[in-house]
Amino acid sequence: MNKKLNVSASPHVRSKDSTSSIMRDVVIAMVPTTIVGIANAFMNFGSGVGINSILVILITMAAAIGAEYVYEMITKKPITICDWSAAVTGLILALNMPHTIAPWIPALGAVFAIVIVKMLYGGLGQNFMNPALAGRCFLLISFAGPMTGFIPADSALAAVTGATPLADMKANGVAAMLEHYSMMDMVTGMIPGTIGETSVIALLLGAAYLLYKKVIDWKIPVTYIATVALFSLIFAPAGSDRLMYMLAMVFGGGLIFGAFFMATDYVTSPITPKGQIVFGICLGLLTGIFRIFGGSAEGVSYAIIFCNLLVPLIEKFTMPVPFGLGKEKK
Amino acid sequence: MSKFTKRISNGIIAENPTFVLMLGMCPTLATTTSAINGLSMGLSTTVVLILSNMVISLLRNIIPDKVRIPAFIVIVASFVTMVQLLIKGFLPALDSALGLYIPLIVVNCIILGRAESCASKCGIFESAGDGIGMGLGFTAALTAIGLVREILGAGSAFNFKFIPETFNISIFVLAPGAFFVLGCLQAVLNYFRISKPAVNADGEPIACGGNCAACVGGVCASNQKKIDDVKAEEAAKAAAEKAAKAKAAAEAKAAKAAAEAKKSE
Repeated sequence: MNKKLNVSASPHVRSKDSTSSIMRDVVIAMVPTTIVGIANAFMNFGSGVGINSILVILITMAAAIGAEYVYEMITKKPITICDWSAAVTGLILALNMPHTIAPWIPALGAVFAIVIVKMLYGGLGQNFMNPALAGRCFLLISFAGPMTGFIPADSALAAVTGATPLADMKANGVAAMLEHYSMMDMVTGMIPGTIGETSVIALLLGAAYLLYKKVIDWKIPVTYIATVALFSLIFAPAGSDRLMYMLAMVFGGGLIFGAFFMATDYVTSPITPKGQIVFGICLGLLTGIFRIFGGSAEGVSYAIIFCNLLVPLIEKFTMPVPFGLGKEKK
Repeated sequence: MSKFTKRISNGIIAENPTFVLMLGMCPTLATTTSAINGLSMGLSTTVVLILSNMVISLLRNIIPDKVRIPAFIVIVASFVTMVQLLIKGFLPALDSALGLYIPLIVVNCIILGRAESCASKCGIFESAGDGIGMGLGFTAALTAIGLVREILGAGSAFNFKFIPETFNISIFVLAPGAFFVLGCLQAVLNYFRISKPAVNADGEPIACGGNCAACVGGVCASNQKKIDDVKAEEAAKAAAEKAAKAKAAAEAKAAKAAAEAKKSE
């Protein structure tokens, strides 16, 4: 009888969700894009590159999990590798790598992401920016050549463009880019790019699963993508097909992957509903500025880790007023 | 140990300006792109530090207290100008590598800090020792940071290349690498320097690292009080023991003297 009258202080947690179940869902949601990414490598760049991309994914995940295990063993902390979060970090980092990269480079990035960005700040939930993206930016700065060599030098495409659709568009304009890649290629993912970012269909499939499971919320990805779309419509180069430019901006790079899988990281995104919309708009503006006015064709990674730093500020200004308190008098 | 050597070891180890006092961070982060750059920046600062410490120590009784900072700056600036012109004249490559950071030694907080806390209070030899110690400590720290950054970022040590280009992590030569290396070296040194883990009054390790004075939690406050009480008790005990020893020694001496006096009688 007493057990039924369970008296306890709030919050009364009813959800069956746990860190590991959520992280497992994220891994499941990334399976389609992983498969398409590997298939893309096999079909367009040959089996050597395909096998390399499989190796990259496996080694990066192993390095992330291993780094967390070793760090926790050395510092005598509870071992948390079973909560899947290190696996998610490793997988996201691997999917952010070009197919052709030597596997030790992402492995180094995974160790950096886990040890420096995550564990030194106190582990899961304490990191101030997305570990996988911080790891990627670390590698982008350190190994600029290998990190942006998206096409094997001996493939047929290298002779034509030598770059991703976005880089091609930045260098040669929309019309020239559309001669190399069709919009259909961008949607299915048969374009050069990082392993996981190319296929819009596979990414949306995974995102739909996450939305259905209520692991992520629509606010950040939708406001993010909408802001980038609007920004590129307005600031498209004069004389080019604005609509095509906008579509290429949305489908041709890492925007969809970043918006659904990286910007929505619980630890580094605002928890207030208004804050999530502000966060999405900030991300969109920064991505647009980096891509259109910056030196590089891509800007999603830097936009996300920069906005991660703004999160405490955004949360401070969008804190909802508790029911019954009314508005603060001025 | 004489005051002179004590000052030297104090500057290199116990109060290392970079890793313990955390002074002079701007040159530390900016000039340590390679071991050679770190070493030469450290040595230039050392020269200025020793000379300015000595001169300030000599003039300490005639510099009015109200204008001491401008007076120190003038002295430091004269030595920095000398060093800068010498480097420009004899080591032009080094001058272009360190660039603006040589004139910026004038406002280096290690030099002003030492002038304030040591040279303006101590004699000339002690001040010189302090300058040598602090300067060598700074040089050692800068060289260590520069060496780690050069090995990881450029694959070489003192310009001797031994890691191929492919494996160079170039972020370590850039600004973020300076912060990573400084933080990691500091962590390693703290691991060895702070040998005892922080414990509460019952001897159990505590998570906050024992910085109880800066903490506002009630548990920490009571813990801090307990630790202070224990410390005070120990100190009182030690003092009592010392006093007892001194008393015993004095008594023994008196007895001896008395005995001798008796003998001589």
